[in-house]
Amino acid sequence: MNSGASRGRAGVIGFIVAETSLFAVFVVAYLFYIGKSLTGPSPKEVLDLPIVVTLCLLSSSVTVAMAARALASARVTRAGSWLFVTVVLGLVFLGGTAREWRRLIVERGLTIGTNLFGTTFYPLVGLHASHVILGLIMLSLCVAFAWSGALKAIHAERVELVSWYWHFVDGVWVVVFTVVYVIGR
Amino acid sequence: MAATPVPAPLSAPLDVIETSSPSGFLATLHDWVVTVDHKRLGIMYVVTGLIFLVIGGVEASLMRLQLAWPGLTLVPAETFNRLFTLHGTTMVFLVGIPIVFGFGNYLVPLMIGARDLAFPRLNAFGFWVLLFGGVLLYFSFLGGDGLYGAGSAPAVGWFAYAPLSERAFTPGNATDYWNLSILITGFGTIATAVNLIATITTMRAPGMTLGRMPMFVWTMLTVSAMTLLILPPLSAAQIMLLLDRFLGAHYFDTQAGGSAVLWQHFFWFFGHPEVYVLILPGFGFVSEIIPVFSRKVIFGYATLVAATVSIGAVAMSTWAHHMFTVGLGGTLNSFFAASTMLVGVPTGVKIFNWLATLYGGKLRFRTPLLFCCAFLFQFLCAGLTGIMLAVAPFDWQLSDSYFVVAHFHFVLIGGLVFTIFAALYYWFPKATGRMLSERLGKWHFWLFTVGFNVTFLTMHLPGVLGMPRRIYTYPADRGWDILNLVTTLGVPLQALGVLIFVINVVYSLRHGTPAGDNPWEAWTLEWATTSPPPPYNFATVPAVTSRRPLWDLQHPDDPDGPHE
Repeated sequence: MNSGASRGRAGVIGFIVAETSLFAVFVVAYLFYIGKSLTGPSPKEVLDLPIVVTLCLLSSSVTVAMAARALASARVTRAGSWLFVTVVLGLVFLGGTAREWRRLIVERGLTIGTNLFGTTFYPLVGLHASHVILGLIMLSLCVAFAWSGALKAIHAERVELVSWYWHFVDGVWVVVFTVVYVIGR
Repeated sequence: MAATPVPAPLSAPLDVIETSSPSGFLATLHDWVVTVDHKRLGIMYVVTGLIFLVIGGVEASLMRLQLAWPGLTLVPAETFNRLFTLHGTTMVFLVGIPIVFGFGNYLVPLMIGARDLAFPRLNAFGFWVLLFGGVLLYFSFLGGDGLYGAGSAPAVGWFAYAPLSERAFTPGNATDYWNLSILITGFGTIATAVNLIATITTMRAPGMTLGRMPMFVWTMLTVSAMTLLILPPLSAAQIMLLLDRFLGAHYFDTQAGGSAVLWQHFFWFFGHPEVYVLILPGFGFVSEIIPVFSRKVIFGYATLVAATVSIGAVAMSTWAHHMFTVGLGGTLNSFFAASTMLVGVPTGVKIFNWLATLYGGKLRFRTPLLFCCAFLFQFLCAGLTGIMLAVAPFDWQLSDSYFVVAHFHFVLIGGLVFTIFAALYYWFPKATGRMLSERLGKWHFWLFTVGFNVTFLTMHLPGVLGMPRRIYTYPADRGWDILNLVTTLGVPLQALGVLIFVINVVYSLRHGTPAGDNPWEAWTLEWATTSPPPPYNFATVPAVTSRRPLWDLQHPDDPDGPHE
């Protein structure tokens, strides 16, 4: 009832703050255990920089913003297309993580129990990937609603809130990338 | 003056659709189970908390019986460990949190003039998830050892220090029950905190500016914000422990280079601010009750708000005072000692606010005010021993002794539980439409106060004499025996007090004096509507022009606004 303030926005901000706090602890644990593994392999030996998929994920933040903007000006088809592009970019990112994990586990023999690097790496990257999956489910629903005609301009705020969540997932990846692939490597 | 000083009710009254619902036990049960009404959920939270309070109290009584005299064999050692683990876990997660957030649920929308919380279904989710977590914890009595044999509850302490809580040292599933149940209650609490923040920031009635919000709402806003910052780290640490126990990760596995201290940091980063999450709403209760029973406005509203928020902020950086004996080094010890003492400043400000409110007031010593007065003395005592324990070298001497146990029971019972009882006596008429018996209330108060002080004042002494906590028995030649006996003798007094309270509630629900809308002649908005309030709270959304909207409504010739 206060002028213009939306409870949806307030709720999503609160949710994102809590999520940030959750990720922070996994990041702290990763930083704390850098270089403390008693056995190999070390990050330097097995990790490659995931440049391409990172670019995909970062640009998906732009596309989802375009979608939200299109819907705000009542261009539903256009919004649906941007949302679809976002989903594709997110899937590419997820595929990159899957490939990386397969290589690490099958070829390099690094599992969560191998050493402290494995212990801290998989939960941190995996927690992020699970958030990507959750985001992709929400975005795919939006695409489905857009294509079936259920998405209307009055839903602009809801799609915008989904885009906030997606920006958050992106921001977390910037931190994870810096910590795991730059500082930790 | 630009605005009219007298609050005018807003236009459009609510369209009230009266539906006739089928009666009978099943129908009533169905109504309560499917409800998304913040008032019903609030009551369910509080009742759940009170039921667990009795369960946790029984566990405590068993421990006190075992310790009443040296060398008793009433409770075996392993059972004793389970008792203190469940007692601590229950009291923090299943008593403190549900009662505090239950009152928040019930009162916040009423106090700010809203019709419900921002997300009513999320609210119901939060409650049911918390209840499920509580049931899961106690299911460990049956399922703790899985199929291996008799049931066993977790025995790792409420803070489940790793690596003790790792699979190598606690096989079976008892520790997993602790882990999962607390993880689940945490999700519910985070959801409720998000809900309260969204409600308070976006759904206040017209004119209910931040500077006019009741103190209790300010405390709930502060602790909800804290909850968002501190509960996810506990969840994260618990997920790590699950990964260690089930997938062979090494977060807290010292043999693979993992750190035991890391768990302590994560746990206490939650665990210490959690104490403030519990006690700040207690301060909120006191700040609502003392002015009404002193017939004065609260003294120094702005400083109380500032103190509340700064306690919340400073409390985030005091956690490692639980870890002085770990050996963090001089720099960290000094930092955490200083930050811990710093919390004493805003807390002291509050004590003086309450005293100044009482000073010169026309005091009405009804049961709520009695509990508040006892709270003032006891919480001061708790704060002073807290400052003592903040001094790192002093803490090295008394850490893990009964002095610490006495200290935090003064905080959580002498502080929190007393304010909860005050709040129950104060808001019971609003929630049920009937007054609690004043006569039984006084019996409850005096028995509980005397019993509490007999138990916990005395408990400081064996601590100073070196009695460690968490021991299931002790030799007779240490000079602790009489002190322990006295400590235990306070227990039946407290139990009798609580029993009288239960009788009072059951009796008054049927036979209590009808309360009317505003039995205490209070000034906040929850007293503007009927007792109990209708599902929609207010037929017309009230407009607010001061911190005491109900005073303004009843005294249009002398509104508060110009004086603030």
